Amino acid sequence: MPHVAVRDLSVTYEGKIGFKSTTVEIPDACITAVIGPSGCGKSTFLRCLNRLIDNTPGARVQGEVLIDGTNIYDPGTDLSALRKKLGLLSQRPQVLPMSIYDNVAYGPRIHGTRRRAELDDIVRKQLEVAGLWEEVHDRLHQPARQLSLGQQQRLCLARGLAVEPEVLLCDEPTASLDPVSSGHVEERLIELKSEYTIVLVTHMLRQAHRLADYVLFMYMGELVEEGPADELFSNPRDERTRDYVAGTIS
Amino acid sequence: MRRRLEEVGFRTLMLMALLSVVGALMLLIMVVAINGARALNWEMVSQVPTGGYYLAGGGGVLNAITGSLALAVTATVVAILFALPVALFLQSDYGGRTRFAVVVRTYLDLLWGIPPIVYGAFGFTLMLYMGLRASLLGGVIALTFVELPIMARAMEEVLRTIPRALKEASYALGATRWETMRWVVLRQAMPGLVTAVLLAFGQGIGNAAAVLFTAGYTDNLPRSLFEPVASLPLAVFFQLGTPFPEVQERAYASALILLVIVLVISIKSRLLGRLLSKHNVLD
Ligand SMILES: Nc1ncnc2c1ncn2[C@@H]1O[C@H](COP(=O)(O)OP(=O)(O)O)[C@@H](O)[C@H]1O
Ligand SMILES: [Mg+2]
Repeated sequence: MPHVAVRDLSVTYEGKIGFKSTTVEIPDACITAVIGPSGCGKSTFLRCLNRLIDNTPGARVQGEVLIDGTNIYDPGTDLSALRKKLGLLSQRPQVLPMSIYDNVAYGPRIHGTRRRAELDDIVRKQLEVAGLWEEVHDRLHQPARQLSLGQQQRLCLARGLAVEPEVLLCDEPTASLDPVSSGHVEERLIELKSEYTIVLVTHMLRQAHRLADYVLFMYMGELVEEGPADELFSNPRDERTRDYVAGTIS
Repeated sequence: MRRRLEEVGFRTLMLMALLSVVGALMLLIMVVAINGARALNWEMVSQVPTGGYYLAGGGGVLNAITGSLALAVTATVVAILFALPVALFLQSDYGGRTRFAVVVRTYLDLLWGIPPIVYGAFGFTLMLYMGLRASLLGGVIALTFVELPIMARAMEEVLRTIPRALKEASYALGATRWETMRWVVLRQAMPGLVTAVLLAFGQGIGNAAAVLFTAGYTDNLPRSLFEPVASLPLAVFFQLGTPFPEVQERAYASALILLVIVLVISIKSRLLGRLLSKHNVLD
């Protein structure tokens, strides 16, 4: 049983389709790219996996999302424990209004880690994993907003990793970054994929080519095709996938 | 050419509006300052009235200064305790999208529009019922009612500007709504919340009508919650009402003191707000 499996999942926004009934399993320990043109439902799909969609007015979810075998839409689900398992990297880096240190320590503190030495260790370790330690170790207690956008996104990565998730959900994590910063983030994701199940939403085909092991192609609210990256890219079965991969539709 | 004219026209309009507002305010402050300057001295702010004060005898308005501070500061603190939870409830994360929230918002807007004298009358009735006489406590209750709707609504508007994505970043880490409010939303909103509190405080300390029946007036310093207290707005009112020019000047001096208090408190709290929000994201 993989960490993430989806059964007959569909979302409507006040009757309008977010995406249609979808059943899929996300393979563990690799990067699964969700590709497709803007508005096809990629973000909606991702937000279902950690139930952030609950916060969206008008959104109605049907079906099941199994995280480690349990349906997270069952009543009585512990949202805090669920979200601890799934880290999120959003399109624009959203640093919290606190210092660099406190951004990383925020999650662990909420989940009960209080000892200073322990927090120090976590902060250092995750900043190193996110490739940010060298750049910020001498100004940990300065406001996080002083970092560049690219650094902020890596800080968000460190913050997400600090609660020890099993899955990383990334919604176009490089869309607002310059090429160099995007490169940094992509490198991190490749390094992390052996330990985490990564779902990467992207509308950049080339990024999917570079990073993906497995690909889901969505089109107009529908999961059109899924498969291992090399197979899907070199030999798409569906006509729409073929057109999208070839760049004739977008 | 037409677009340039529009641009210049609108700029002129803005400038004129700005000048009239600032000008009117300056004029007001100048009138108060000029009329009050002669009467303003150390005795004025350090003494309570003597027996013959209102007949141009010696003494000052320390009773009203301390009374006003006691009234407005207490009322503001009490109002924060009620306004902040209400404002938080009105966020979409809690009850903000329910019909009940719509009712509460409308209700607060209504309360905001009620003239303070009505709160005074209401407070007075309430006190009669509870067997209280005009006192600090009565004044605080009435002023809290005056300040609450302003504060709650202003706070709500401030909290509403916090981007949803920022809250979601916190939720995504497993934070509860309370943790997100406490550690992310309140921090980010701090400067705006300070403004909301100041707005209400200004209304409270400057209000004469609400304290007229409820707090009463006395020449003594405030001693207990259950005794009458003086207040600056009423001091202005009573002194202006005497036939003696010297006492009328003291009315202006008292008004000036009131202005200075509001000014000092608002500068201090803004500095504090800025200090507390040095980590704020997005300017
Ligand atoms: N909050 C919302 N309210 C209403 N409709 C929405 C909302 N979010 C997304 N949608 C609609 O759902 C569809 C899928 O959107 P989204 O998941 O954001 O697509 P993508 O991330 O692939 O660009 C679109 O048609 C979009 O207009
Ligand atoms: Mg999207």
